[in-house]
Amino acid sequence: MSKFKDRLKYLFTTTKGLILMAIAFIGIIAAVWGTLSGPLAEIGVKDITIDLLNMDMIEKEREGRLVMMYHSIAMIVCAICAYLITSHVPMKKGYKTLINNLATFSYMIIMVFGFGFAYWGHNWTFHAVYVAGMSLMYFVGILLAIALWPWNKDYYLEPGSEYSHLKSGFDMERAAFFTVVVATLGSAAVGAWAGAYFSNGFEAFLAEDTIRYPFKTYQMKAIVGHLHIMLALIGIVVTLVFGRWYDMKGIWHKLSMPSMIVGSIVLTTGSLSVIWTEAAHVIVYAGAVFSMLGGLFLVIYGLPKITRERLDEQGIKKPTFWQGLMALFHDPLKFGILWQMIFMNFNVSGIGIFMAVRLEEIFRIWPHRDERIELSGHWHILSAIIAVLVLSYVADRMGVKGKVRQWTGWLLIIGSNVAFAAATQYEMKRLYVSEFMQQSVTNTLMLLMDFGLITIMILLAAFLVWRLIDLFKADGKWSVELKEDSFAASIITDFKDKSMITDVEIAIDQGVSQ
Amino acid sequence: MKLTRILIVGLLAVGLLAGCGQVPEAPVGLSQFTDSGIDPNSWARVPAGIFLTGQYDLQVDLDYEYEIMVTEVTNAQYAQFLNEALAAGVVRIAPGDTIDGYDHLKGGAIRYEGNAVFGHYEGDEYNSGRHEEKIPAGDYVLFPFEDIASRINFDGSRFTVKEYYENHPVTMVSWFGAKAYADFYGYRLPTELEWEKAARGMDDNRPYAWGDLEDKRAASFYKYGNPFQTKNGWTDTAPVGFYNGKTYGNYQTIDAKSPYGVYDMNGNVAEWVGDIWLELHDRVFKGGHKNTYAIDGRVWKRNSAPPQYVSPNVGFRCVRDI
Repeated sequence: MSKFKDRLKYLFTTTKGLILMAIAFIGIIAAVWGTLSGPLAEIGVKDITIDLLNMDMIEKEREGRLVMMYHSIAMIVCAICAYLITSHVPMKKGYKTLINNLATFSYMIIMVFGFGFAYWGHNWTFHAVYVAGMSLMYFVGILLAIALWPWNKDYYLEPGSEYSHLKSGFDMERAAFFTVVVATLGSAAVGAWAGAYFSNGFEAFLAEDTIRYPFKTYQMKAIVGHLHIMLALIGIVVTLVFGRWYDMKGIWHKLSMPSMIVGSIVLTTGSLSVIWTEAAHVIVYAGAVFSMLGGLFLVIYGLPKITRERLDEQGIKKPTFWQGLMALFHDPLKFGILWQMIFMNFNVSGIGIFMAVRLEEIFRIWPHRDERIELSGHWHILSAIIAVLVLSYVADRMGVKGKVRQWTGWLLIIGSNVAFAAATQYEMKRLYVSEFMQQSVTNTLMLLMDFGLITIMILLAAFLVWRLIDLFKADGKWSVELKEDSFAASIITDFKDKSMITDVEIAIDQGVSQ
Repeated sequence: MKLTRILIVGLLAVGLLAGCGQVPEAPVGLSQFTDSGIDPNSWARVPAGIFLTGQYDLQVDLDYEYEIMVTEVTNAQYAQFLNEALAAGVVRIAPGDTIDGYDHLKGGAIRYEGNAVFGHYEGDEYNSGRHEEKIPAGDYVLFPFEDIASRINFDGSRFTVKEYYENHPVTMVSWFGAKAYADFYGYRLPTELEWEKAARGMDDNRPYAWGDLEDKRAASFYKYGNPFQTKNGWTDTAPVGFYNGKTYGNYQTIDAKSPYGVYDMNGNVAEWVGDIWLELHDRVFKGGHKNTYAIDGRVWKRNSAPPQYVSPNVGFRCVRDI
């Protein structure tokens, strides 16, 4: 019995256990709901899934179902972000425990009752519990903002600290986390306002379906602003967490953190200002420049760092170009995270700018459906890139080592990049192939996308199966991680310096506590 | 290492291949099933009265009755129109890229190859909408007959339909081309509401003309596997009225007409409707097509494009007042 309790304790109280459980739920959702569209639907798997699970699929409710599905998955991702923040940013233990527990409880009831309402009839109690769960998750955000309060002098940095700070010791990184959380709360409130308006009349729509409406209501515009900024903010949070994980410091940290703060504020303002001004895009571009610079500084800091660390391990002081390159590529998980940030520019940011520049030649000419495909592809790729980044990070933290680490890392990079590049080509295909001639192109691109996505899904499944089997072992990795988490908590609670947290986390991940 | 090289080279090769479009081969059913038995010259009467429109069933009263074509306009019908209109001097033939009044054709999806039929359009009222393009009075492409996707030939004096395509819905026709046809015969393009009512009937909120559920025997959507789908997944048009309960070889259809007896309202080809939106130059086409999923064919869904747009997936039908 105590062993069972220990496993529950691992899954529900440790950062690694919580993340593992959340990823498992996302994996299951992706596997099952992925059969309802795309190639698997074309070959008839959709019908099998619907019959097998007795899903209630009324055509006119499709948009509503999707909105609930997106939100249910998004809340799991928000919970993961909360776990990452509480794991990496110094805060009182009570806050960490409360935030993690409440985030877990929230996403679970959102997931169960959200999917229950959307796909298995309309029990309005389910809907009420789903909304209550969303409200609880909002409260988690408020708690996070309180816990992260950057003006708390307990968390001011020492003079001369290598981390970005003001003269007073005000921690800019803490402020960046705080800013993103507050921006998320504001953006969620705007989404809730518009969502409440539409769901009050039981109407649901996908934003990409409304883009060609010449007249949009404030609430419709609010939905557009909301969905853009929420994904961007998740991207910024994840980037900030990676900065902590790479223990970013020095000049790049000092440049990056103010950039992230300004970027988050301007980007949020710009995205939401679509409600009242046509100049929203200009503000968004300005905000994006700052946010992307923040990310770029992490890449500039991170790539030489992982290279240097590998060369130090090898004892090479004056490496040749080739040795340097091999050192850079040595750890595909850590390299992968930085590479994906670069690669994202080719698939998401670059495409966005290209489309904006050639607006008159593309969106004024293309049929709405082609524009819709471009938009859907755009945000699916961005979501998937964030997912792959988190997976790489989790694989690293969960102790994937040796040859498995090499295969996992490289297959994640190759699989995701092939899929994203093909998806980008797919969404842009109207530029180079006509509707009449496109079939061979779409077939090839779909094949590449499937190859990439299936590779990622197989890796995820293998990872989850590995950890599931581990849970059945009395002295599996889970038991070690449980001890480590308690050990880390006992140390970290007393530390107010984030560098110590990172040192302890790294030491634990390398097995020092054993 | 060898495996990695093979993988990279393979991916590059596939990537390069992906950049090359191919002219689709003729599907097996094209020569076998040329006529569905449904008369494309027939009309269905839609009575005056209330019906439910849109995804959320807004009650609308169309307080007049009208007739709508039972099927989309076929290639044979459109070729006849072109011959008559050419003889009457209503249309003219010119190179397809000599389009005036619109400057943005070369970088986008609208590409015309070779000569095209041009006709006059009186122009849209311009209201300075944020994304509105000017559609001034002028001659516009109605039908780019030399484009590779066209199913109608011109021998220098007469328009004729390519073999087997007589009863297929006309495609590669712009909104101007659809309107020109309707104007020539004293018809008009249906409004979006008229189109939706004809598809849905008076009393219920069905998403598809035949009922509530997607059905692969009821319409031609992407990879539905009808006799007009080629081996590589491309689907050609089916003859109008194809989904009428008949069996074609081994392929069984259901009678997918709407409550008013109108065929092909979902799938096969999408259909231009006549509405001109305030502050938007786009025109709407409805019903989804053989290259979309069924979700895009639900009666309330819209697709839209500039009126110059032509596509192998878009045709039209007309209405006439009673």
